Amino acid sequence: MGDVLAIILKRLALGVVTLLVISVLIFSAVEMLPGDVAEAVLGQSATPENVAAMREKLGLDQPAPVRYLSWLSGAVTGDFGVSLTSDERVAEKIGPRLVSTLFLATYAAVIAVPLAIVLGVLVALLRNTVFDRVANVLTLTSISSPEFFLGYILILYLAVKAPLFPAIASLSKDMSLPELLHRTFLPALTMVLVVTAHMMRMTRAAIINLLASPYIEMARLKGAPAWKVIVRHALPNAWAPIINVVALNLAYLITGVVLVEVVFVYPGIGQLLVDAVSKRDFPVVQAVCLIFAATFILLNLAADIGAILTNPRLRHPK
Amino acid sequence: MNYFVIGYYALLIGASCLAAFYGRRSIFMLLFSLTLVSFVVGIVGGESALWTITLCAGALALSAGTAYAFREFLVNISGRETAKALKTAPLTAAFGMFVIFTYAVMGIFAPVIAPHGEAEVISSAFAPPDDTMLLGADQLGRDMFSRIIYGARNTVGLALCATLLAFFMGAFAGLLAATKGGNLDQVMGRIADVIMSIPSLIFALLLLSIFGTNLIVLVIIVAIIYSPRVFRLTRAVAGNIVVMDYIEAARLRGEGDLYLIRKEILPNSTAPLIAEFGLEFCFVFLLIAGLSFLGLGIQPPTADWGSMVRENATLISFGEITPLIPAGAIALLTVAVNFVVDWMLWRSAGLKE
Repeated sequence: MGDVLAIILKRLALGVVTLLVISVLIFSAVEMLPGDVAEAVLGQSATPENVAAMREKLGLDQPAPVRYLSWLSGAVTGDFGVSLTSDERVAEKIGPRLVSTLFLATYAAVIAVPLAIVLGVLVALLRNTVFDRVANVLTLTSISSPEFFLGYILILYLAVKAPLFPAIASLSKDMSLPELLHRTFLPALTMVLVVTAHMMRMTRAAIINLLASPYIEMARLKGAPAWKVIVRHALPNAWAPIINVVALNLAYLITGVVLVEVVFVYPGIGQLLVDAVSKRDFPVVQAVCLIFAATFILLNLAADIGAILTNPRLRHPK
Repeated sequence: MNYFVIGYYALLIGASCLAAFYGRRSIFMLLFSLTLVSFVVGIVGGESALWTITLCAGALALSAGTAYAFREFLVNISGRETAKALKTAPLTAAFGMFVIFTYAVMGIFAPVIAPHGEAEVISSAFAPPDDTMLLGADQLGRDMFSRIIYGARNTVGLALCATLLAFFMGAFAGLLAATKGGNLDQVMGRIADVIMSIPSLIFALLLLSIFGTNLIVLVIIVAIIYSPRVFRLTRAVAGNIVVMDYIEAARLRGEGDLYLIRKEILPNSTAPLIAEFGLEFCFVFLLIAGLSFLGLGIQPPTADWGSMVRENATLISFGEITPLIPAGAIALLTVAVNFVVDWMLWRSAGLKE
């Protein structure tokens, strides 16, 4: 077990390093502004005094490495500084929205993951039949459509033509859970459609890869029933790729969430990011980007560790 | 119960019985499960749902027919070797090629096809369709149909530029890394890792907030974000070729790196690279469409599919499908490219199972 721990620690260390590099990148991206933040925010009409005052307020008189360290130490404790446009603390702006986004992502994931794995295994069993072809075309279409296309189609059919669900996901604090689930159903469904298609295809590929291996053929030849071949022989070896697929697609949810939130006017951090980008509110942009990137990296990390734990072969790299 | 519903079920059940009689098992299963699905959908959605299914089936049959005819057309006009390969192409791939061809024609001849200019205001806002405007007017009174045609030129053109740039940067870096090896390889590999560990849309938004939104910046940013994918693939493919004996022989002959890349490695790695180009185009196209939809991509008054969806989205709450047409155009092209890429991958890698 000792060597497993060592490999996992190594992978964790690599993840932390990646995260640090990303934080440097996100921080220094703003440094690449022509001029500096103060000039960019105040724009053409800035007087030298204004710019100087702004610089002092943002602490721009200090060298960049010092500012990076104080930004990073703040970010670790959840303090991302002050928004440039509204004088609010960035953390206060992000906090409630982050919860909504996480809620939406969890909602989608809870539906999509079991559905996708079951459908993926099913399609792998029925491979090269008409159903497989139809599923192939449908999933490909779903992946290839931009999220806003799927979202608006759902709005048109499930909110306008047949008013089953609200088209705009307005939330308030004192909503009961069923009410909340009903209101956020359409955005969640949009993400479920995209992510399920991805996961189904990848699960199918993973299982089919396995089914081609000699020991499965052996199991079949000795007369084991088809379901037993899958459940007893194929599935234990398929866990590693399936865990990988799930984690990768949860990471994919993060990117998808931005567009979906804008379509449904959902009060999450994706919407906040888009607003901040168009208003050039850099502290907010940096904070949200860091959160997204960190989640993305963590999920990839989880995928790798899950794969290492379920597949003994990965513990002995060549 | 009216004649349509009775005819609908009679046709489906009759056709599945025929398929069963002639031993076409898969066709029978497809038709009969469609019948079962129709029962459920018909009870829930009523007659209109059945109409929708009929229309979908009709559209499917029409596109299959078009794909078949287009494949025959391509087989007839192309040379012997290509014709042989094309004959084995599945209908989906032929359909993909047909769609790509149509878009290309639309993009290249946009000013000829479109009845009005892309920024020309010709009527009142959201005017309904009439004789001169096929799809009605948009939020400023410009002709939707003309803007969709021009969008084929602007959106697809921009995505193509970005893909080409990403592809050349990535492929060149990958080939260089594979031939030179050593520290250069390591450094480029790590840079690619870092870029790939940030979600692409988020990275694009970060960079756009800093450099502002203009077309050249957009193309460069998108190209930088997607070049690591090409880099990795090229490096992996070229890495397998570099260890071959004929490369060793060429090195001993005293050929330079550029010669090796151009004459020895590239010709042997074209098949996976072309497939990757198609996939890369889909990613870039969807990213640019997404950015435009968010109002951060191609700026008005240039006609662009992503921003057209956003600008006309209010029409959806009145049950109009017009705003969905540009979004559907994006989806259709991506699906088409994916179909063709699927076929190419299948051909080159022999993904038979």
